[in-house]
Amino acid sequence: MAAKETRILLKHADDPNYSTSIDSYLAVGGYKMLEQAVTMKPELIRAEVKAAGLRGRGGAGFPCGVKWDLVDRKSGKPIYLICNCDESEPGTFKDRQLVHKDPHQLIEGIMISAYANNVALAFIYIREEMPKGARILRQAIEEARAKGYVGENICGSGYSCDIIVHRGAGAYICGEETGLIESLEGKRAYPRIKPPYFPAVLGLYNCPTIVNNVETLCNVVHICRMGSVEYAKIGRPNNTGTRIWCVSGHVQRPGYYEVAGITMGELLYDLCGGPLPGRKFKAIVPGGGSMKILRYDERFKGKNPDGSEYEYGVDDIPLDFDGVAAAGSMSGSAGMMVMDDSVDIMEALANLVGFYSHESCGQCTPCREGSLWAKKITWRMCRGDAREQDLDTLVSMAGNIGGRTVCPMGFSTTWPVQSYVGKFREEIEAKVRENKVGMRGDIRLIEK
Amino acid sequence: MANSFGNKLKPETLAEIEKIIPRYPQKRSALMPVLQAIQDDQRVISNDAIEWVVEKLDLQPINVLEVVSFFPNYRQKPIGKCWVRVCRTLSCALHGAYKVVDILEKELGCKMGTTSEDGSITLEYAECLAACGTGPGALIDEDLFENLKPDDLGPVIAEIKKRAAGGVPTPTKG
Repeated sequence: MAAKETRILLKHADDPNYSTSIDSYLAVGGYKMLEQAVTMKPELIRAEVKAAGLRGRGGAGFPCGVKWDLVDRKSGKPIYLICNCDESEPGTFKDRQLVHKDPHQLIEGIMISAYANNVALAFIYIREEMPKGARILRQAIEEARAKGYVGENICGSGYSCDIIVHRGAGAYICGEETGLIESLEGKRAYPRIKPPYFPAVLGLYNCPTIVNNVETLCNVVHICRMGSVEYAKIGRPNNTGTRIWCVSGHVQRPGYYEVAGITMGELLYDLCGGPLPGRKFKAIVPGGGSMKILRYDERFKGKNPDGSEYEYGVDDIPLDFDGVAAAGSMSGSAGMMVMDDSVDIMEALANLVGFYSHESCGQCTPCREGSLWAKKITWRMCRGDAREQDLDTLVSMAGNIGGRTVCPMGFSTTWPVQSYVGKFREEIEAKVRENKVGMRGDIRLIEK
Repeated sequence: MANSFGNKLKPETLAEIEKIIPRYPQKRSALMPVLQAIQDDQRVISNDAIEWVVEKLDLQPINVLEVVSFFPNYRQKPIGKCWVRVCRTLSCALHGAYKVVDILEKELGCKMGTTSEDGSITLEYAECLAACGTGPGALIDEDLFENLKPDDLGPVIAEIKKRAAGGVPTPTKG
């Protein structure tokens, strides 16, 4: 039987009769959970979110309840909540749907999470390239304020919390939580070093701060509605709830699919319709541009409960945090980029390295210099100007970026370089040997 | 002594700035929204504007300059009447973004990464616009254009030319 979507967060998003107005949201039972939440003890809501096993949807998959537990509640300082809507990881466009199509769901999630953590002021940090999203959110917040769901004395409970929509200005690094905080303080978005700057203790204005992704906060509403026990039944243990997978590149039906408990093959074939006519899948980047690539013909080894081994392929990978991790990559932000046999893998790598060199914030030398160096090497390889030692230099240099910088962004150059070269070495070596421009000239992936 | 840059701003921009600043727990946090409001109004962040913001938010010049120079979308050179940003990142490139750019350059008479001589069009690459499932995509002023097919760019080119010939587009609020 063909796999289907499990739409919870996106239940109403594409309904032609549904709009971004508060009336639409109220008509489907919206804000009921907030009304209920503000009559509960905050720690009970926190316990529910933790019991539900909700993992962060921004990229790292850190358990949301644990993140909330780490908040320093004894400092006497105000606690801030920041909704991270800087969605910039190549291949990812799920937060765009949630913000543009169902903004009140997000606002309810923010307000419940704010109440659960005694937050007095919340922010939505939205990237500059979503001007309409910012406008929709501001409008929605004013509608919610007029009905008593945002602002003073929420639902008559005596609890007050405002939300500020703060626009970025085109820097990928603001998706990194401490870079985001610096930017929100009006500074360059240079990530902060941990320790001591764990946001839960020393975040915005050196106060305890929670930074959660859009999709994570939307899930909070549904955990409250379903209860943690029912919620945790969706998906696999340790991978609870649905995830919105964004599929782009060479499939018949690219798009966003909210699913739970299916395999990568079911997503690629049943939902996305398989490869384009006459083409074959070649490679898949499972969780956003910085994640390690998978070869479509790759085989993996798994262990049965009795300890015996079994082999499986890309199509069999369980589509969740642990499933993709077991295959040696990460589900990251669930931005899946699919490439078929028409793609020159070296050009694909050069394209992404170009992205990460543009987006390095420049604070740490290995990332600033290394990503640019990787761009120079990969681009000259594609332009037929490769040098004999280039491939070895590229791999050894890239291995010296990730883990040697303040934030994890260094890995965004390291992982693609290592995995593309590691898994497609023959193709890349052949390209370097021939050293010609545009071996597969039909789709050009970098500038001439 | 306050410089007179504020007089150049539209009254609604000034009102918006006055409204934004007190919303933040610390004044300096209002720097980005204030810069955005100025750029939406003027299509550029000039040296005068930077000095004015310095006074407005009680900062040092370097505090403002370091932010203006860090973020790619704050501009110290004027943006054209129509601002076209074409996504070049992998998903869009896989569907022909670079071909789209070749055609736009030719049809608009504007080289990638520049503003046309008459100041009407700014044509640039954008890094991932978070619209990968419907690529190639481009942000034209505030509007996202998706599924740009290299062989069917007529309507988009006409739209860009229309905007470039018209007045300054209505800016985003804040």
